[in-house]
Amino acid sequence: MTVREAALVLADGSVFEGEVIGADSPGGVASGEVVFHTVLAGYQEVITDPSYAGQIINFTAPHIGNYGVNATDFESRRPFCRGVVVRELARRRSNWRATADLDAMLINYGVPGIAGIDTRRLTRLLRDTGAMPGAFGTADEATLRAAAAVEPGTDGLDLVAQVTTPLAYTVGGRSHRTIVAYDFGIKNAILRGLAGLGQVHVVPASTTAAEVLAMKPDGVFLSNGPGDPAEVGYASDAIGELLGQVPIFGICLGQQLLARAIGAETFKLPFGHHGGNHPVRHESTGKIEITSQNHNFCVSPESLVGKATVTHMNLNDDTVEGFRVKGEAAFSVQYHPEAGPGPHDAQYLFAMFGAMMQDPKAWVEGRPIQVWLANPQPNAHRLPAPERGVA
Amino acid sequence: MPKRTDIHSILIIGSGPIVIGQACEFDYSGTQACRVLKEEGYRVILANSNPATIMTDPDFADRTYIEPLTPEIIEAIIEREKPDAVLPTMGGQTALNLAMALFEKGIIGVPGTPEMIGANAEAIATAEDRGKFKEAMIEIGMNVPASGIAHTVDESMEVIKEIGLPAIIRPAYILGGRGTGIAHDIEQFRHLATEGLAASPISEILIEKSIAGWKEYELEVMRDRADNCVIICSIENIDPMGVHTGDSITVAPAMTLSDVEYQQMRDAAFACIRRVGVETGGSNVQFAVNPDTGEQVIIEMNPRVSRSSALASKATGFPIAKIAARLAIGYTLDEIPNDITKATPASFEPSIDYVVTKIPRWAFEKLPGTSGILGTQMQSVGEAMSIGRTFTESFQKGLRSLEQGRLGFNSDAAEMQYRSFSDDELTNKLGIPTPERIFYVGEALRRGISPEEVYDACKIDPWFIDQFLMIIEERTAIAESGMAGMTRQRWKRAKRMGFSDGQLAYLWSITEPEVRAARLAVGVVPTYKTVDTCAAEFAADTPYHYSTYEDTDEVRLSTKPKVVILGSGPNRIGQGIEFDYCCVHASFALRDAGFETVMVNCNPETVSTDYDTSDRLYFEPLTREDVLNVIDAETAAGGGVAPKVIVSLGGQTPLKLSGQIPAELIAGTSPASIDLAEDREKWSELCEELQIPQPPGGTAVDLEGALQIVENVGFPVLVRPSYVLGGRGMQIVHDRNHLARAMAELAGFGSIGKEGGLSAERPVLIDRFLEDATEVDVDAIRDHTGEVLIGGVMEHVEEAGVHSGDSACAIPPQNLPAWVVEVIETYTRVIAAALDVKGLLNVQFAVSGTTVYVIEANPRASRTVPFVAKATGVPLAKVATRVMLGATLAELRVEGLLKPPVSGDHVSIKEAVLPFNRFPEVDTALGPEMRSTGEVMGIDTTFSRAFYKAQQAAGTTLPTTGTVFISLANGDKPAGLVLARQLRDLGFALIATSGTADYLARFGLPVDSVVGKISEGQGLSAVNLMASGELDLVINTPRGLGARSDGEKIRKSASANRVSSVTTVEAALAAVRAMSEQADRPMTVCSLQEYHAQV
Repeated sequence: MTVREAALVLADGSVFEGEVIGADSPGGVASGEVVFHTVLAGYQEVITDPSYAGQIINFTAPHIGNYGVNATDFESRRPFCRGVVVRELARRRSNWRATADLDAMLINYGVPGIAGIDTRRLTRLLRDTGAMPGAFGTADEATLRAAAAVEPGTDGLDLVAQVTTPLAYTVGGRSHRTIVAYDFGIKNAILRGLAGLGQVHVVPASTTAAEVLAMKPDGVFLSNGPGDPAEVGYASDAIGELLGQVPIFGICLGQQLLARAIGAETFKLPFGHHGGNHPVRHESTGKIEITSQNHNFCVSPESLVGKATVTHMNLNDDTVEGFRVKGEAAFSVQYHPEAGPGPHDAQYLFAMFGAMMQDPKAWVEGRPIQVWLANPQPNAHRLPAPERGVA
Repeated sequence: MPKRTDIHSILIIGSGPIVIGQACEFDYSGTQACRVLKEEGYRVILANSNPATIMTDPDFADRTYIEPLTPEIIEAIIEREKPDAVLPTMGGQTALNLAMALFEKGIIGVPGTPEMIGANAEAIATAEDRGKFKEAMIEIGMNVPASGIAHTVDESMEVIKEIGLPAIIRPAYILGGRGTGIAHDIEQFRHLATEGLAASPISEILIEKSIAGWKEYELEVMRDRADNCVIICSIENIDPMGVHTGDSITVAPAMTLSDVEYQQMRDAAFACIRRVGVETGGSNVQFAVNPDTGEQVIIEMNPRVSRSSALASKATGFPIAKIAARLAIGYTLDEIPNDITKATPASFEPSIDYVVTKIPRWAFEKLPGTSGILGTQMQSVGEAMSIGRTFTESFQKGLRSLEQGRLGFNSDAAEMQYRSFSDDELTNKLGIPTPERIFYVGEALRRGISPEEVYDACKIDPWFIDQFLMIIEERTAIAESGMAGMTRQRWKRAKRMGFSDGQLAYLWSITEPEVRAARLAVGVVPTYKTVDTCAAEFAADTPYHYSTYEDTDEVRLSTKPKVVILGSGPNRIGQGIEFDYCCVHASFALRDAGFETVMVNCNPETVSTDYDTSDRLYFEPLTREDVLNVIDAETAAGGGVAPKVIVSLGGQTPLKLSGQIPAELIAGTSPASIDLAEDREKWSELCEELQIPQPPGGTAVDLEGALQIVENVGFPVLVRPSYVLGGRGMQIVHDRNHLARAMAELAGFGSIGKEGGLSAERPVLIDRFLEDATEVDVDAIRDHTGEVLIGGVMEHVEEAGVHSGDSACAIPPQNLPAWVVEVIETYTRVIAAALDVKGLLNVQFAVSGTTVYVIEANPRASRTVPFVAKATGVPLAKVATRVMLGATLAELRVEGLLKPPVSGDHVSIKEAVLPFNRFPEVDTALGPEMRSTGEVMGIDTTFSRAFYKAQQAAGTTLPTTGTVFISLANGDKPAGLVLARQLRDLGFALIATSGTADYLARFGLPVDSVVGKISEGQGLSAVNLMASGELDLVINTPRGLGARSDGEKIRKSASANRVSSVTTVEAALAAVRAMSEQADRPMTVCSLQEYHAQV
């Protein structure tokens, strides 16, 4: 393997030397907002998660690609991230599930990457100064510097429009229930979770409330997705109209949009939460869940006062991880109970969504917790095994 | 949930002596537990028989009982201290087994008795009883290998019909896989089943379908009483199933599991800990994975902290034992802060941005007769851990951390020994797990044997094989380019793959200093990163560093005066926990005195590598290159002011480096003095000048030279290599042929040869061996004003010829006349002055008749320092460290650190613990080569009572009734008269071999029964008697040369059948005295604090 030298330049002028991996970028320059991710395994799921649209993912785990990639672990139809940064890319994969190398996948989907980077230095920098625009590739340093300087990052952009499905489609159908899932960048692991609850109609982000209600859903799901929730006003408007008409469950961006729909505010975290090890306390039981997280924006707790009850808190930085809308059958979490990648500790939330759809009245009266308490071992509630060809 | 207020005092049970499978990791966990529980305001009572531990320092508990770990003794301690609770999960298998025995007797864990915290009896039984565990796992839907339980050999044969071969045999309630094995044919199966049943204290074995060749993983789980569960670390074994995890090279985090598989394993681990019922604390769950199908099976779980949890703690920075202790008293994970970040809670799962490798270290060279093949029974005596940003870097650092003469993954002089193998031979060797196998893999890849062929032979995962191949390819590139062809980038690339300067020097045929100079000239220096539990997501408060070659460094600036303490590396026979104790004490003492302490070590089991023992921790190999790098980094961090360096507390490891560190940096005794003591010629001259007698002798580098010396001094002689510890390669030689063999072993083909061989700098020392002499050890401290403190004079129980590390010794001396002690003390003072010692000095003497000979002097910490400190109450290591940094003994007296020794009327005995029960093929007779893995201490009011306790603590139960078998060497027969008479008086029946029986009868002491020689093959032999359980004690002394017959068989059989045995006449006399005193008055217990208060 011939080494092709490359560099990563951040908007603040920091330069990191490395070598090219993955796809060639046009003109030897790839740019985006650089974020770091602390999962030890699960790179394929992360890279194919549409929430990373507009971002360059810096993996803190030094060895990436060891177990290859396979058809099952895709979280969407293709990667939407702008690039990956790794310390070392495996040149040989080893795992019975693998069907290709990560490098081949990156090339196949046009994702550029850079390896050999001091990813810990990069992580410490991002931790201290916040997520930052950057550019990398084989171009000369001046070109990269210029590209980093003009890279807008993810602020003030509607990235959802880039990743949402252009056409509605349907998955699952094991029960009589009908669920409408807004695709703001939905992950397959979520679809698997929802498919266990009913037939899921996945609709584009721009679908109106009226169109949704016309499908007579038992519940509406608000998916994860990339970017700033403030730029997806059309979605929070639609959610506002749906509230009170139908039970709603949101994850990640879905939580932020639900918050904005009830008049609460969102803000950008300095470097976001991207990992599989965040402790979240379930407020009503005091139990701790280790959660998978991937978000840059967050709901302001003050703005929820009087509108919603905070149900989950992040123990690392006391940010809001979940809330329940007062007087309505609607709740959401900021983290990823569907895992993919990450722990299964919070998969009970899908069961809770099922219970809410079953009896929205009981939910509004404040009996949601019994559902969970009836099932004291959160991990015992397992999702169906991953299947090929979902979505 | 807040901590419990319904309990006030807690008894912690330690793990006893260091044995294979149970080493200082339990001092690490126990020390953490003691600290935490004291901090939380509980009254802490500690029981542990091992004096070399930090946990048994009197400051760490309110009451410290250095007493034998037997149910009766623990019962007596409970009776005396009336604790509210017992914490049995910190002391390994020993503590769990004791707790179960006490529970069964109704002493703990039942209403009205101390509560069991951490793990209750039901949980322990479920995890430890292999049958119950399997049942429980099947009940919750886990996959387990097909298996059956047997209690007799006949039952075993039934089970194997069902399961089929190959099968693995696992005894219940054992540690480190003792008695475990894989059977490939029915004969082997019968043999292993028999052994396994014998090894299990409840005569129960699990017979399991072998899944050798599958991938092996471990998860470290923690659970709190609110049922929150987290995984601290995943560990992947490089060696596939079939090699005990303690003998496997392991890597953290898991390298070849996808998240989907990992999460499946995580769910299974939680389900397992919940079903077993470990309510609070840490557990270790082991899995096997079929590489072709991904099928996962659960192998076993340990409901306690373990060797793996210590490794996981060091690997992640998450202190499992400390947190487990807090959970045991009722806290939940979210209530405990993460020590390293301070800002986030302990209820999370560490993410790491580096690779950790653990590599075991074995001692087969000390145990002739062993096959050296690894299996399901643990055989290693220690381990090294290394951290690198990538696997290749971490792995190569790990190999050089072992200090076995290897500079990394081959590319060193030692690799030449593989060149003579044919490709077929080499491929065959890949299929047999041995300590050397990993290097054979390197050689195979170097020759161009394909990775696929290598995989087929050894079943090491292809990803790892590819990593090995990358190292080999890089090696070829480095060698081809030569030093001249190295650009800055290429230097960095080589260093990033873990190549040491020594390997580069080998590849380029130049010296290591030349490589270092060239590397520094291009500016390629290591950067130090931090172990922070969170992959840099949060700022780390704790400076726990490792080196790597990256862009930026994280060492904080500090202008406080700094002292670097070099640790002792992986445990080995001869260099173990005692030296870690000294290093830890040095750190504590210097911290208290206002220095900033910097620890360098690579042993994950120890207290010294706990991140809060020192101000800074560098987890690094103890090689010249790595140590000089740390000194450079600390000099830079100190604004150009270099730190002082302590080389004399970590045993031979740092001492060997003393000549390579700038002399002005070394604290205490100068390198020149260290060399003066080590250099045989100079040392002899000095003794002559001081007019201190020493056994006549000389040095030789070959057989010719050796013969010349013998001509002058006569046989027998003691032959020993220089610069070794623990009597490596030491032998008593009686004739010419034996001498030739001994020199050949040392010169090249033997293990010493591999470690560097003989040279003018490292000659063999040959001395006249003093027969019938009493050996005496002295530990002393001298300060720069010339005052000498005699810390302790220890009289050995066994006579000269048995390595001091393997013999029992007593403080105060029991048989030496006062004038001899005075002569010994005077010689010690004179030697200390002559060597200009500033710090510790250990001198060994042999007293023969009225002459006191000096054998050797070492201006460094000795193995006995902790024992002396516990016996006298004087913290020798702390005092010595302060003295090395310039304090005087007088000043330390004023300060209060140096108190007068305890002069109470107690006697302290140190006894060695030997690993023979794991190596049935090894003769248990003691000799000049040290083979003990650990030590215990017995304290009581008389020598005999203390000796009895020491024996019991070491696992040699001295019987009070029954039958004693005696077989003595001719020289020992007169003493046999005393033994026989006393044993008769005590009511024992006596059986002897014909020679011994005849002798005794001639002096009017007929024995009850005479047995024939085993070699004669007729009649009842001692071996038969032991197998049938008719003997309670065996006294068998070796007959010098040619004893490899009956005696050896008898001793091996005693070891195999777990019959207490004594192999020297001195020990036998002491034992019989102890037995007779014991018969008068039963054992009582007393705490160290009480002994130390009797000034």
